[in-house]
Amino acid sequence: MAQFKGTDNYVASRELEVAVNASVALQRPLLVKGEPGTGKTVLAHEIAKALGYPLIEWHIKSTTKAQQGLYEYDAVSRLRDGQLGDPRVHDIANYIVRGKLWDAFEADAPVVLLIDEIDKADIEFPNDLLLELDRMQFFVYETRKTVAAKHRPVVIITSNNEKELPDAFLRRCFFHYIRFPDRETMEMIVRAHYPDIRQDLLREALNVFFDIRQVNELKKKPATSELLDWLKLLTIEDMPAEALRSSDAKTAIPPLYGALLKNEQDVHLFERLAFLARRRGG
Amino acid sequence: MFAPFILALRAAGVPASITEYLALLRAMKEGVAGFSVDDFYHLSRAALVKDERHLDRFDRVFGEIFKGLESPQGEAPRELPTEWLRKIAEKTLTPEEMKQIEALGGFDALMETLKKRLEEQKGRHQGGSKWIGTAGTSPFGAYGYNPEGVRIGQEESRHRRAAKVWDQRTFRDLDEDEALSSRNMKVALRRLRRFARTGAATELDIPGTIGATAKNGGSLDLHMVPERHNAVKVLLLMDIGGSMDDHIRICQELFTAARSEFKHLEFWYFHNCPYERVWRTNRRRKETERPMMEVMRTYGPDWRLVFVGDATMGPYEIIQPGGSVEHWNEESGEVWMNRLTRHFRKAAWLNPIDQQHWRYTQSISIMQRLMENRMHPLTLAGLESMARELAR
Ligand SMILES: Nc1ncnc2c1ncn2[C@@H]1O[C@H](COP(=O)(O)OP(=O)(O)O)[C@@H](O)[C@H]1O
Ligand SMILES: [Mg+2]
Repeated sequence: MAQFKGTDNYVASRELEVAVNASVALQRPLLVKGEPGTGKTVLAHEIAKALGYPLIEWHIKSTTKAQQGLYEYDAVSRLRDGQLGDPRVHDIANYIVRGKLWDAFEADAPVVLLIDEIDKADIEFPNDLLLELDRMQFFVYETRKTVAAKHRPVVIITSNNEKELPDAFLRRCFFHYIRFPDRETMEMIVRAHYPDIRQDLLREALNVFFDIRQVNELKKKPATSELLDWLKLLTIEDMPAEALRSSDAKTAIPPLYGALLKNEQDVHLFERLAFLARRRGG
Repeated sequence: MFAPFILALRAAGVPASITEYLALLRAMKEGVAGFSVDDFYHLSRAALVKDERHLDRFDRVFGEIFKGLESPQGEAPRELPTEWLRKIAEKTLTPEEMKQIEALGGFDALMETLKKRLEEQKGRHQGGSKWIGTAGTSPFGAYGYNPEGVRIGQEESRHRRAAKVWDQRTFRDLDEDEALSSRNMKVALRRLRRFARTGAATELDIPGTIGATAKNGGSLDLHMVPERHNAVKVLLLMDIGGSMDDHIRICQELFTAARSEFKHLEFWYFHNCPYERVWRTNRRRKETERPMMEVMRTYGPDWRLVFVGDATMGPYEIIQPGGSVEHWNEESGEVWMNRLTRHFRKAAWLNPIDQQHWRYTQSISIMQRLMENRMHPLTLAGLESMARELAR
């Protein structure tokens, strides 16, 4: 069996590799937690690539119901077809819309199934999927058919920790918590994306980045994706490294900071801090 | 068959179950963990811990249970024979195994014997199999144990080897019940700041108001400016001069680090129990002493009063006049505590003693009653609950 390992494009710690390989070998879901931007979603893509499996993505929203992952019965279409006298109306199977789990179960070769941001949904959501994920099958009442997985998919579940997950659900998963990357790891991640970035620019940018993350009042601290966006802008503008040099993140607004601070309140906070600092200093 | 490893984890507050333990065993059989101790550590963690707040407790238990596992000279790649690794997970920790170990004189004795055998082994030809394959007669043979690439650690060597992953305790900061230290200071500080930020957001801009009012031809035009500091004023009374000193230092560092966030912050010291005097500098106690009554006159009822102390003493030190071990106190500590809590309506007590032990110490119970149950452990969680209470 192919093993998962970090690649040129994705920096994976050994502990992450072990957790992924355990979940692949035992065919149990892997629950991945960590701050936004720590590479949870991208991980599923990388696993699919490493194993050579197709990826099926199910992005969860606050309104997503577990049943939608199995199938939905489209009564409205059937009603319309009935009015138009379409002969399809006689077979209810025509109105069963497959969900992501169904797609994953029926696939002819094993797939990776990503259930992204499970904590966005209703608190009952994970419990409602327990049995299906355990047995890898479910029953379609309308057509009286059982859909069973031809190959048990590799299931990757991510959570941003907005809600606690039920114990029964947790017991069935392997778990990995991605720590926010330290400076060294972050440098590797940046290089994975921009292999040719100038060393001096990267150093100064990381200084600013980790300084900003120290400002505890921020509503949303910039994470990896913001850093990558910002570096891209800095490179496009051909920003000299000196432009980033400053002793204190609070006293100066870094160039093109819009890419780092996505939240309007945080931008205001920054401008105010810089203003106060200048007034105090001047 | 419930493994002691799981029991130890559960006792430490990691809710691992038999389902998870079986998953771990299966993963080991599948060879997921590779051949190193670090891999085994990562694997068992991924299988048994489901909440990042429990990672640190896991690290502690792992370190305790697998004390014996380590590499030669503490070098980085920790190669271990797979078979042995599997068996130690499956067998060392079952009740039967524990009984066997008991019969051999306990875990330490087992390790000691193993170490001696290893040394014997070294003098002989490489890969010698004195006890491999002697299953049944030697306690080690049964594991198919190959001595190369592993050293059985004893206490003295523990201190010399390179730090193990689990010994680094990287997840400490995520554990809510970890005692306050310089490690989780940053997190603690964030909590404290959140508390400090409660308060008036704006204040009257007097020059601005005068200017605008004048321009307005004398009709009043009020101007407000955002207040730079927050309105919270904190008075810290700390127990000093004994077992408490380390905790006091940490606490003081913590509050000092948050100083700019408070409108005012004052420190005073007492010993064991607050009485009629407090002082500012412990080394120059006499010169810096102040009567408690004066302190209460100086700081108004809007100050938040925070005591830091273990509240561990003879009960008479609190309830009896003259109960102090240091001087003659006319009035009991209880009288002074009541005076303080009546004056400072918002008060809390931070206690570094593990909360589980509070009820076994009479003086803590008395102090808790005098504080009307506003005593909090000196942990992240305790700091949080203190902040919540004082902000109300
Ligand atoms: N370990 C990593 N190696 C390479 N790129 C990473 C890594 N972690 C994060 N990234 C990058 O950071 C960005 C955010 O990752 P994403 O998976 O969306 O985070 P999350 O799902 O945890 O919020 C992506 O552009 C991703 O490529
Ligand atoms: Mg994501």
